[in-house]
Amino acid sequence: MPDSDKSIVDAPGAARSASDQAGGRPAVGPLGADQAWVAEAVPGAVDLPTAVPRGALRGLLRRPRVLFPAGVVAMVLLIAAFPALFAGWFGHGDPRECNLRSSGQGPQPGHPFGFDIQGCDLYANVVYGTRSSVSIGLLVTGGCVIVAVVLGSLAAYYRGFVDTLVSRTMDIFFGFPALVGQVVILNTLQRRDPFVVSAVLIFFFWPGFTRLMRGSALSTVDLDYVKAASGVGASPLRVIVRHVLPNSIAPIMVLTSLSVGAMITAESALTFLGVGLRTPSISWGVQLNLAQDQFRTHLHLLLFPSLFLTITVLAFVLLGDALRDALDPRMR
Amino acid sequence: MLGYVLRRVASMVPILLGTTFLIFVAVYALPGDPIRTLAGPTRVISPSVQAALRERYHLDEPLWLQYWLYLSGALRGDLGIDLRGAEVSELVSRAWPYTLALGLTAWALTAIIGVTLGTLAGMRSGGPTDWFVLGTTTLIVGVPYFVIAYVAQIVVGVKLGWLPASGVRHGWPASYILPALCLAMFGVPELARLTRASILANRSADFVDTAIAKGLRPRVITIRHILRNSLIPTVSMLGLSLGYMLSGTVLIEGIFNIPGLGFVVFNGISQQNGPVVVGVSTLLVLVFLVINLLVDLVYGLLDPRISLARQR
Repeated sequence: MPDSDKSIVDAPGAARSASDQAGGRPAVGPLGADQAWVAEAVPGAVDLPTAVPRGALRGLLRRPRVLFPAGVVAMVLLIAAFPALFAGWFGHGDPRECNLRSSGQGPQPGHPFGFDIQGCDLYANVVYGTRSSVSIGLLVTGGCVIVAVVLGSLAAYYRGFVDTLVSRTMDIFFGFPALVGQVVILNTLQRRDPFVVSAVLIFFFWPGFTRLMRGSALSTVDLDYVKAASGVGASPLRVIVRHVLPNSIAPIMVLTSLSVGAMITAESALTFLGVGLRTPSISWGVQLNLAQDQFRTHLHLLLFPSLFLTITVLAFVLLGDALRDALDPRMR
Repeated sequence: MLGYVLRRVASMVPILLGTTFLIFVAVYALPGDPIRTLAGPTRVISPSVQAALRERYHLDEPLWLQYWLYLSGALRGDLGIDLRGAEVSELVSRAWPYTLALGLTAWALTAIIGVTLGTLAGMRSGGPTDWFVLGTTTLIVGVPYFVIAYVAQIVVGVKLGWLPASGVRHGWPASYILPALCLAMFGVPELARLTRASILANRSADFVDTAIAKGLRPRVITIRHILRNSLIPTVSMLGLSLGYMLSGTVLIEGIFNIPGLGFVVFNGISQQNGPVVVGVSTLLVLVFLVINLLVDLVYGLLDPRISLARQR
């Protein structure tokens, strides 16, 4: 049924969305430095079916390619929500109970990951670190999606001045090495808790999402049923919320899982550079940042946090990949 | 054509103004006092010296005037003086050869690895090679790039000792291979997948059937007919990946201790050395925009069907 939607795109609408991705390189438009994965994630996203088919999700879970990463993601979310349940499996589960006498010791009974430089149990720390990484990943993705849905659909619905304003603002962000900007801003901020870091990440990553949403909404606003809704006197808000959004939101939804993975990486990279979260926050990035000076003598300090980080990011990316392939018939 | 180039250059101006202003605001308008940071946490500077320093760096002027002074200086090629009294343009000229060597090496590696993997996977889609390429590229996307860099540094540089683990003492290529490979990991997955998809789309085209019917050798068909026609999206991706690399240099140069632009910018940020940060970031943005422009131009040359004049 999404395909039949496509066939009734009327001529001016089709022309506009075609010229919108001028030059036939829609997938690789001038995205900003760190937003490459957005382009890679949904090639030619505007051509995607823009609504999720009914019942698709149930069928999806039967595929091993979806089920396996989904299981890992569920596990990670569980750890992030209830770290205390998992931290005490081997020894004491308190990440802040430290004893300098065991500083930097390797894995041993009761402490499978060993101790960090402060003599804290590394396993408990890694388990508790899940929470800040995952919650930043979810917060940033959620924030970006909200900004993108609002700005993207407004730009597509009103066009003209609103669209110009939104698009030119996005261009500024796309012409920008985002990592440099993030480091500059975070470095001047005094308070750096997960909310501040998330806000900075949202500030730099919303354009990639908004571009996608705008493109997908642009191909929806000219469809007959949207015009019909306006024609019978529905208010702009109602038209956008009831008719445009449900039919143009799929590409960005497909992106969310990939994005959580990418944002967890972004956060840990910033923290690793020393401008993200700071101790006493417990996070994988903080652990890696502290470990980088000691990696020649205490390899386990680098190994276990990066292992957890990698598994988590990989699970989100694989899930996103599988979902995209399943929901994008052109890729089959 | 000339008209198109001029229009593109003109459209870059507001973007450049916007980005530099954004950087400028981030560096100077947010809380944090560069003069205090310059002095260090313990030393005390007398108010008169502080005031003199403030005046020298125009920190006492309103923000818009500071921005204007900076902009008019930058247009004359003068990036200003950093807070330690060094010319920013001199810092830049000392640092850019390292970044250039690193970036171009990484770029060449991206092109070679990405196109080769993509072509192999596309020509043998569904087979083990294809699965291998899809698997590895997913893995590269999934593993955070600084973890890749660290593992490579530890395993190849320290444990195995095959290549220098950090610094640039061994010159090109020895010192650059490892960091360039890590930097290339930014672009390889996208490039390989794009090439693969593009090859898949072209493999069943009519001109390929014609070539087969003419009895051309498979290698000639693959390289001359399929690959050449598939390279258009690849080329534009390749151009853009040079842009991501600029961003990646901040991390990679930090990890591998390469005194390039990324290193300079990062040090500038942590020392709140505003003139350095603004100067180098402006340069990075400019390079980024010029690359985008070049990509668009090359794109039109590669595929005459795309008329540049009709683009917005």
